[in-house]
Formats: sequence, C-alpha cells, structure tokens
Amino acid sequence: MNTSTGSLESHSPLEPAAGVGPVLEVDDLHVEFRTRSSVVNAVNGISYAVHQGETLAILGESGSGKSVSAQAIMGILDVPPAVITGGGIRFQGRDMLTMDEEDQRKIRGPGISMIFQDALSALNPVYSVGFQIGEMFRAHRGTSRKEAKQHAIELMDRVRIPAAARRVNDYPHQFSGGMRQRVMIAMALALDPRILIADEPTTALDVTVQAQVMDLLKDLQRDTGMGLVLITHDLGVVNEVADRVAVMYAGKIVETGTVDDVFTRPAHPYTLGLMNSIPQVEAKGGRLNPIVGQPPNLSAIPSGCSFHPRCPRARTGAAAAPGRDCVGDVPPLRLVVPGREAACHYSEEVLGV
Amino acid sequence: MGRYVARRLLLTIPVLLGASFLIFAMVYALPGDPIRALAGDRPVSPAVVQVLTERFHLSDPLWVQYWEYLKGLFSGDLGTDFRGRPVLDTIVRTLPVTVKLTVVAVLFEIVIGIVAGVLAGIRRNSFFDNFVLVSTTLVVSIPILVLAFLTQLLFGLKLGWFPIAGTREGLYSYVLPGLVLASGSLAYVARLTRTSIAENMRADYVRTARAKGLPQRTVIVRHMLRNSLIPVVTFIGADIGALLGGAIVTETVFNLPGIGREVFDSVKAQEGAVVVGIVTLMVFFFIFFNLIVDVLYAVLDPRIRYD
Amino acid sequence: MTDQQQRNLDPAQIEVDVTAGIGTTPVDGTDARQNSLWSDAWGSLRRNVLFWIGAFLTLLFTLMAVVPQVFARGVDPRACDLANSKALPSAAHWFGYDIQGCDYLANVVYGARNSLIIGIFAVLVILLLGVAVGAIAGYFGGLTDGILSRIADIFYALPLILGALVLLRVGPSTDIPIINSRGPGAVALALALFGWMTAMRLVRSQVIAVKSQDYVAAARAMGASDRRILIRHILPNAVAPVLVYTTITVGVLIAAEATLTFLGVGLQRPAISWGLQIAAGESSIRSAPHLVLFPSIILTLTVMAFIMMGDALRDALDPRQRS
Repeated sequence: MNTSTGSLESHSPLEPAAGVGPVLEVDDLHVEFRTRSSVVNAVNGISYAVHQGETLAILGESGSGKSVSAQAIMGILDVPPAVITGGGIRFQGRDMLTMDEEDQRKIRGPGISMIFQDALSALNPVYSVGFQIGEMFRAHRGTSRKEAKQHAIELMDRVRIPAAARRVNDYPHQFSGGMRQRVMIAMALALDPRILIADEPTTALDVTVQAQVMDLLKDLQRDTGMGLVLITHDLGVVNEVADRVAVMYAGKIVETGTVDDVFTRPAHPYTLGLMNSIPQVEAKGGRLNPIVGQPPNLSAIPSGCSFHPRCPRARTGAAAAPGRDCVGDVPPLRLVVPGREAACHYSEEVLGV
Repeated sequence: MGRYVARRLLLTIPVLLGASFLIFAMVYALPGDPIRALAGDRPVSPAVVQVLTERFHLSDPLWVQYWEYLKGLFSGDLGTDFRGRPVLDTIVRTLPVTVKLTVVAVLFEIVIGIVAGVLAGIRRNSFFDNFVLVSTTLVVSIPILVLAFLTQLLFGLKLGWFPIAGTREGLYSYVLPGLVLASGSLAYVARLTRTSIAENMRADYVRTARAKGLPQRTVIVRHMLRNSLIPVVTFIGADIGALLGGAIVTETVFNLPGIGREVFDSVKAQEGAVVVGIVTLMVFFFIFFNLIVDVLYAVLDPRIRYD
Repeated sequence: MTDQQQRNLDPAQIEVDVTAGIGTTPVDGTDARQNSLWSDAWGSLRRNVLFWIGAFLTLLFTLMAVVPQVFARGVDPRACDLANSKALPSAAHWFGYDIQGCDYLANVVYGARNSLIIGIFAVLVILLLGVAVGAIAGYFGGLTDGILSRIADIFYALPLILGALVLLRVGPSTDIPIINSRGPGAVALALALFGWMTAMRLVRSQVIAVKSQDYVAAARAMGASDRRILIRHILPNAVAPVLVYTTITVGVLIAAEATLTFLGVGLQRPAISWGLQIAAGESSIRSAPHLVLFPSIILTLTVMAFIMMGDALRDALDPRQRS
C-alpha cells in the first residue's frame, strides 16, 4: 500500500520524465469512430492538464466526447472502430500514445486508474470482489494470492465497506449499488494511482448514496494527493467537488476555468444555457429554461461553431463581425479573461465585459 | 443448493419411470400378438408360449407386468434375453465401447469446437470467421448416416488413414466414428463459443480488466474466456448424457459393439428385455447429466442460485 | 439423441428465437409489432445469400418430387437390365446403374417424393400436436401445465431415432391403423410422435411470456374469452420462432426418415427411397461407391436446403442479432 513510485526501478514508465509539472496532460486529442457507412467525430482536439491533488471536472451531455476521451487515456477504446487520429496524452511528461503496449499497461493501475458508471456490469460477475481487487496487486506487484486478499480487505475497510473481512469473498451481485461502487473505488485506488478518472461515478446511484460516494472520493483524494478527473453531466456534483471545470460540446472543450468563475459568470452561451436550465430553489414556481434543439450529430457536426444551430446569440452574414461568423468561422478556444478560456466569437458579450 | 438437487432428483423419478414405461408398453403391450412380437420371426411352440407368458406375466394387466419388471429392476435384475443371458451382462459388455466413443467425441468437441469458436469470435467477420460459419452450416446439414459413409470412403478406403470398422486397433479405431458422432455438436459448440466470445469481448468487465492494467493474456483467459465458456461447458456436459445414449447409426455403420448397436440389434430381434433395460439406462444418463449441468451452472456462475 | 438429427431438435439451438416475437413495449399493437418484425425480416432475408441458395434448392427438390420424370430425363426407374449392374456413371447415364441394373439418376430423382412427403407430413403433425399441447399448457398453467410438461419431458428423454425405431419395428404386428402399414404414413407418424416436444416447449414459453404482457391483461379486462385471447393475441407472437423451428425441422425429419429406412424399419421395397438406396449400396461401397455417394449427396442437399432457410429466417427474425 505504501510503496511510492520512487521505489520502482528507474526505467519504469511511472518515473516522471521532467521535474514538476502537470501529472496528466491531454494535448489536442482527436478520436474518430469509423463504421462502414460513416465517420463519427467523437473527440475533436481537446487539451487539458491535471495537477497533483487537483480535481478537474469534465462537464457535458452524453455524446459530447467526455467518456471517449477518458477511454482514450486508459487505452480501453475498442480499436477498431475507434481510432486516435491525432494529439498526445502525457503522463508525468511521457507521451503514452508513443509508448509500447507493455509500458502503457504498467501505467494503468498504479499511474492512472478509472472507475466506471455502472459497477454491476463493470465488475466481473463470476469472481469475488476480493479476488478482483487483489488482482491489482497480483498483476502489478506479483503479490501472492493470500496477501492480495489481505490487501483487498484493508482497501474495502478504507472505502468504508462494513464487515470487509466477511464480505471479501462475496460476489458483485451480492452488494448494493453504493457498496458496489465502493468496491470499484477500492479496486481503482489499490495501487495509489497519481490520477483517478471517475466516469459518471454516481449517476447510477440513489441520491443519498451519491453524496456518500462523492464524500468518500473527496476524502480519499485529500489523503492520497492524487489528481481527479471527474466526468459528469451533473452540475451539482461539479459545483461541490471540482476545482476547475472543462465544458465539452460536440467533442470539443468550449469553456474552461475555475468552477466558481464558470458557474457564476459563464463565457460561452452553451455554459450559460446549462446554468439557466438548473431549477433554482429561490426561484420557486419559475419556468425552467432548457437549451432548445437537438444535441449535435457527430457524423455531421455543424460548420463554424458547432453550437450555432442551438445558440440564441448566433450571428451570421451581415450581423456577424468580420471573421467571426458563427456559421462559417470556427471559434478557437481563447483566453477571454485571466484564468478563463472559451470558444465563442462573442464571449465578451456573454460575460458582459 | 442441496434442496434444489434433492427436488430435481425427485422430479427425475417420474420422467425415468415414464420413459421406461413408454418403451415397455411399446415392446410388450401394443395391440396385436405379444408373443409373436416377443418371439420375433422365430417359430413358437406352445411350450415356449407358456414359458414366455409366465415369465413376462403376459396374462396380467400391463401395469402388473411393469410392476413386476420394476421389482426386478430394484433388486438389480434386469431380466434375461431369449437365450437366457442376463441383460445386465450385455450392458456391462457393451457400455465400455460407448463410453470410449463418447470420450473421443467430447474431446473433438472441446478441441476443435472451442478453438474454432474462440478464433472466429475474436476475429469476427474475418476469413476464418466466415469459414467457420459456412462449414458449421454444412456439417449440421449432413445427416450422420451420410457423414459416416463419406468419412469411411475418404479417410478409410481412399486414404487408408483410419480403420473403418470394429475396435481391433484400440482407441485409434474410435477416431473416425468419434469425429462423425461429434460432428453436429462440434458445429454447435463452435457457433455457441463464437457468439459468446463476441458478446463478452465488448463486455464492461473486460474493459475494466484492461483498465486495471492486467496483462493481455490475463484479460483474455481469465476475464473473457472464463465467462464466455460457461454456456459452452454446460452444453458439452448435457451432450455427454446424450452421447452416452449410444449412437445407433454411428455404432452400426462403424461396427462398434456398444449399447447403441446392441439396442438396435435387440429391436430388430425383438429382444424386449434388452431393449427396455438399455433404453432405461440411456434415459437415466440423459437425465443425470442434465442434472449435473444445472449444478455445474450454479458453480460456474455465482449469480445462479436455485434456492 | 446421439445422432445429430436428434440434437437439431434441441431447444437450446432455437432458444435465440424465443424472444423474437416479443416486443419490448407492453402497449397494445400485436399487429403493428408483427408488421415491422416481418418487413424488417424480409429486408434482411433478401440480402442473405444462404437464404436464396436454400430457397432455390427447396424449389428444385419440390419440383423433383412433383414431376420426377422431367429430371429423370424420361427414364423409368424400374426399367432395369441386370447386365448393367453397378455400371459406373457415364455421359448417357450420369449416376450410373444400381445393383439391379436400373438407371440410378432416375432412382435418385424419384426418391425425392417420399422424402418430402414424409418430412412435410411429419412436421404438420408435429405442429398440430406442439401448438395444441403447448398453448394449453402455457395458457392454463398450474396442474395442466405440470402434467403436460412432464409428459413432454418423458418423450424428450427418449432419442427420436430410438423411439421411432421401436415403434416402427413393432408397428406391423399391431392393429393400429397407419402405424401397421409399413408405408410413408407410418414413418411420418412415428417421427411426429417422438418429435413434437420442442414445438410444444417453444409455443408454451411464448404463450407464458406473452400472457403476462399488459395488452393481454387489457383484453381480458375487456371481457375477451380465453379462446379469443389465445388466437388473436398470443399465437401470432409464437409464429416467428415456430416458423424457424418448422423450416429446420423439415430438413431434420428428412434425414431421420432416411436413417430409419436405412436401418430397415422405414420404407420397404419396392418403394423408392434414398435410405433404401444407401442401405443397398453399403455392401458394394468398395466396388461401386457411387451407389452410396449419389443418394447421400442429394439427401444432404435437401436437408441443407431447409436448414439454410431456417438459419437465415432465424437471423432475420431475431432482432438481437442485428448489428
């Protein structure tokens, strides 16, 4: 449990390449799904960085590419049909995409770990949870089966599963949804990863259990100092646990900044739309303002700003400023105000500066 | 689990009794002349008629006859054939041949069927996958009778690789008939494995196993294969019960003296006691292995609970 | 049950079809769901090469059964000359001659009629028995279902070939009509008697699955009678899997007939049958292998025709298999 990365041999892919820097960097990542009839552009050039102890929330609706980018990092995309067509993924300064398979594998687990939305299907139904947690130690450290099980019990204790020693031999279907997600978390945290990617970790759970699981994740992050990438469409969860947020739309990041900034003063009309669609406790009886229109079709992404068909502020033709036609010109992700980037031609207007 | 097995065992009794009674009734009680049916084509003297009538309680109603037979069965007496040989001896003599044939057939199912299915499932839509699909359709469509003669012609007479009749060359004599007997199940095993593998390859828990950084081999063997083979293993288990039922056609064409050929010869000769005895044994195997499979299923997949 | 014909009747092989007829929406609309099921199925069938091969072969052998003289090129199968005994195939006589010196092509061609008649007649009896018993067991449940299912279990435990073999052997010495005839009717009935259980289980499970759907409950609430519910709402859903099963089973039964005849309890001389031809050719397999080969090939193609069509139908009617 306490083995730090430093005790590993110097050629390990877990050894940082440079001194201090972000633990995880995603740089202009592109992912496509190629089927016989069409190409789905799932991720279209996203970049972000996660530092030690930091929580980055990736916010977006389903189909925005948030999960696909996480799967690309973990190397668990189904290839084919998925193809990483460009960009880089750097873990502690080393590009994982150019590493050989075996080095990549060694990072999964002790370097970067992931928990999934539906723990019931993500855990193998025919092995006990203790075996599946212990597998991490056996595969990465050659621990004996018996010792691995001991570690598994300690981990189950740590994620606050009651009577861990008794339940270690139980199977996933014998646990409640919340307890199952704790098993997933225990498994992901087994080797003290530098980065934990949580893909909608609470979506499948009851509201009360959601809060417990998020609290647990927060506590564990504080204890270990790992970076947390939280993939979610739940604004409340982002608000509660994240330091920074990246909002994704149609496979691109349309806005990033600290959670407080982005939530209080959105710089992109899509983010603004999201904020307006939350039911406000204060505004009881008022109407919700959902974003109109359909989510984009990823095999035919709208030209220019991909959000323009749904954007109340979209300008085109004569109404648009030169080079800032929402239908014709792709808005780059640019620094709008210090600490804030947005991909909108008219961010300043949205911000009201 | 224990209670479930006990309940299942209890439920098999009526099926076992029913099936043996059905055969018993067909052999002894269909309208017509039972003595003529019993004696087959042999001329019958009044003395023999007398003996047969007494031995098989032919003057009693059918259920009394069957009851007498059952009483014998429970004391280990399966009756005797026309020449006075105990049916039990006949079974003890012929069963080992059928068991060997079954073992060979099951080995073919496992080795060829599973390997072909795994490779086809992993490389779906590849040339090999299509080859497996087409060849299994072909194999399933060839009647076992035809397949037996075709393999005899090709591998026995033309190429001379295998003996085509009898058991003189030990286990080697069983290769060709074993392959023929296995063919249908083999094709089914290949298809079942292929479907199961293709389904499990995209399963969430396989993705999880990869995300855990497990070596490729562990992901495939421990997580994908282990789960995919559950339905295959249970099918093969049930198939053993079916194969032990004796392959009438295979054993006849390849001249193997197993229970399949014995029961066929006995049906032809209208040796009622042998037919009823062997068929009851076959039905028992069939039911027994089906029960084993249900238990095995629960062992292999912890989600299955019968209680 | 060891012989492959028997295994083809295994419900495991057909289980994928069991859900084919059941939509996921519990709303009414048996008709709407059925319509889209069939039009989707036809769309996928049309593109399936195996289906067309199977359909072509089926048509070919059906024609052969109806007008054999055309395929036999006008040769009488019973016009024989012992001088030609076992003569090998030639340009004039494609399949050669059999032991009695009869034209073998004509004999093989004339064999199609008995095979198809027995296969189709047996499957019709199986359907009749299977649908009736299965619908009653599934719909009424409880003790009725318990008894009928146990009876099916009993028959299921007996191998098809073995059961039919015993019945056909003792048949001629009994007074039961048809069964004592030694003719195609006896073979078909014997096969049906030991082969109806899978159809019954299929229909039973369909009926049970559909029975609990909301629209059936609604029909009942509106006062529909048991009979009406069974015929209007439940049986249409069972059509898809039963059709797949039926198509495959015709092929399986044709193979079973040939096997029984080969074993000496099916059709008897002077009937013309592939099973009899294979049995007669067996003794001269070394000197005249064509006598076993030609009826075997034609028999296999006939069986294959039905199995291919059934396979294609299964793929077309099972929505889960569509990608």
